[in-house]
Amino acid sequence: MKHIISVLVENKFGSLNRVAAMFSARGFNLESISIGETEDTEISRMTIVTRGEDQIISQVLKQLNRLVDTIKVIDLTRQPHVERELLLMTLKLTKTQQHEIFELINVFKGKVVDIKQKSITIEVIGSPDKINTTIDIFRVYGIKELARSGAVAIHRGE
Amino acid sequence: MHASGKTLNGSEIFIECLRRENVDFIFGYPGGSLLKVYETLYEVHDIKHILVRHEQGATHMAEGYARATGKPGVVLVTSGPGATNTVTGIANAYMDSSPMVVFTGQVPSSLIGNDAFQEADIVGITRPITKHNFLVKDVRELAMTIRKAFYLATTGRPGPVLVDMPKDVLNASCVLEWPESVEIRGFKPTLKCHINQVEKAAQKIAQAKRPLLYIGGGVISSEASEELRALAIQQNIPVTMTLQGLGAFPGNHPLSMGMLGMHGTYWANQAVNKCDLLIAVGARFDDRVTGKVETFAPQAFKIHNDIDPTNVDKNVQVDLPVVGDAKNFLAGLLEVMPEVTENRDAWLAEINAWRQQCPLTYSREDNALRTEFVIEEVSRQTRGNAVVVTDVGQHQMWTSQFYTFINPRSIISSGGLGTMGYGLPAAIGAAFGINDKPVILFCGDGGFMMNIQELVTAVHHKIPIKIFLINNSFLGMVRQWQELFHKEKYSFTDLGDSNPDFVKVAEAFGCKALMADNPDTAKEAITEAMAWEEGPILVDFRVVKKDMVFPMVPAGGSISDMLLARLNPKTMV
Repeated sequence: MKHIISVLVENKFGSLNRVAAMFSARGFNLESISIGETEDTEISRMTIVTRGEDQIISQVLKQLNRLVDTIKVIDLTRQPHVERELLLMTLKLTKTQQHEIFELINVFKGKVVDIKQKSITIEVIGSPDKINTTIDIFRVYGIKELARSGAVAIHRGE
Repeated sequence: MHASGKTLNGSEIFIECLRRENVDFIFGYPGGSLLKVYETLYEVHDIKHILVRHEQGATHMAEGYARATGKPGVVLVTSGPGATNTVTGIANAYMDSSPMVVFTGQVPSSLIGNDAFQEADIVGITRPITKHNFLVKDVRELAMTIRKAFYLATTGRPGPVLVDMPKDVLNASCVLEWPESVEIRGFKPTLKCHINQVEKAAQKIAQAKRPLLYIGGGVISSEASEELRALAIQQNIPVTMTLQGLGAFPGNHPLSMGMLGMHGTYWANQAVNKCDLLIAVGARFDDRVTGKVETFAPQAFKIHNDIDPTNVDKNVQVDLPVVGDAKNFLAGLLEVMPEVTENRDAWLAEINAWRQQCPLTYSREDNALRTEFVIEEVSRQTRGNAVVVTDVGQHQMWTSQFYTFINPRSIISSGGLGTMGYGLPAAIGAAFGINDKPVILFCGDGGFMMNIQELVTAVHHKIPIKIFLINNSFLGMVRQWQELFHKEKYSFTDLGDSNPDFVKVAEAFGCKALMADNPDTAKEAITEAMAWEEGPILVDFRVVKKDMVFPMVPAGGSISDMLLARLNPKTMV
């Protein structure tokens, strides 16, 4: 099954490489990985989305913990958490479909970030599932380019 | 922080830090980016620098030293090719969990990333084969980094750590501040076992009718042999060991089953197959031990003690994991074990019947010289009172079978990585570390050629190692697989026509050398070699070409697939 893992690492060069290299060296699945500074500038938070049976996930968690630059590893999957991903997507814009596109953007609570004669760039924020659906729906209108941030996630507050 | 108050340059700080880490040997090779360090070393006499002839040799020497003494081995090499030449030795130490700190020179910080002369991203290259590694960017971080490197290499599961030092950092100066303690927030190994888990393990042991201790190198690195011995004898539990675990329990004790796994003894593997409780201590269920995991110890409740949690449930799912140091686990068991335990006489009798049924044996026909004879004779003459180093291949497996290891740290062998060329430098490194026992190397003719240049190092320092060259003019283990599994296509494994005259080669290096090609001359040569103290001695044992190591569990096979003899290779147990 899918797991979302939050990893606190030392904010040092090479930390991301150590994690990514460990996944490839041990043949673990890596669907997405995102990283950024936390409230403490010496610490970065990585959000990793991976898939595997329980035994594999248990190895993933232990191998992450084993890295010296890793401070804390939390499997958020079965805990209350918020998960978000950012999608930036440029679509073809034609007079006939213009109206439909704008309506769908509203449905997905998206935003228009750029608009040109023949194209429109939108942003959508949501769970990775919602982002998948968004992409599926917009595919028929002609996607010129898209970029996904990968999921970021955090524990729900008390 | 303890400040010495002195302003030193990076090279002086480096040496001073090694001093404070009680380093007595550096295995190294100079080069452009390390000129400043070697300038400093010129005046240093309390730390001995051993000049190797190839950087790979330095890493294996450092590992041999570490395995013989328990102290971390130290390597010093230059940037670029100097650094990349250490890769195999680092990978070897990583696989076998040997403590080692490798210092590499690096091009000046300003040139890093510019494809400068003798630049290699050694931190990037060695990330997957070190426990951790560092690039020092500022001379003020050097002392702390060195402190951390030694701490990481020797704490928890030991392993190699690399410190990359750019030339400008070694030239820059600052006040040396030696950190009295070291704290790494991401590194908190579990040393102490959870008492509940230990108690559960003790109960299981007390109830078991057919228990078996499966002992790995972790028992050696945690210095837990005494606890193991006490537990096994008190509870009457047979002990089988991995290649790295040999010597943890005396091989001449009736409870010793010898090695298990692919070339393990018949009785040890049968015991694994039939035991109702398997107690793995400091071992990692390597594929050379388990064969097909689904049929490994199928009837056993499995207890697994390991200091590294990633080893638990990695290859084999266990019933009771106990994370922590092996010594702590075994001592804990001794404390809580109930007095009354199951009677194991029937179980031990069963194992002894297997032992009688298929003992380790070899042909004594035709007065030909066989490796098993050489090893058995060396074992007889030394009575276990030696440090035995091997290279990789048939002779290595025969050593595990025919040399009786009695003491911990008496076998030094490349297990996980299986590095040919490991033996000679590892033996030299071991001999630098210990003086009270002879150091013996069993090495094949293939592996000997892979780091033969280090013979100079041994001769130069008059290192009295006994090099017992097991010369069958073949890459014997590969040849064995070709015979058994690859239609007898002896593809590129026959070295007969191309091997040099090893006696002449050794003599050209200034090493005393003998040749033996039958059991009588072999016996005499061993006696002569054991008495030779003036430096290294090589004996070229011309052994029969086509012997095979048995028993053998084919890769990925079950105990029931075990091959017992060449005459009848299809004979299954």
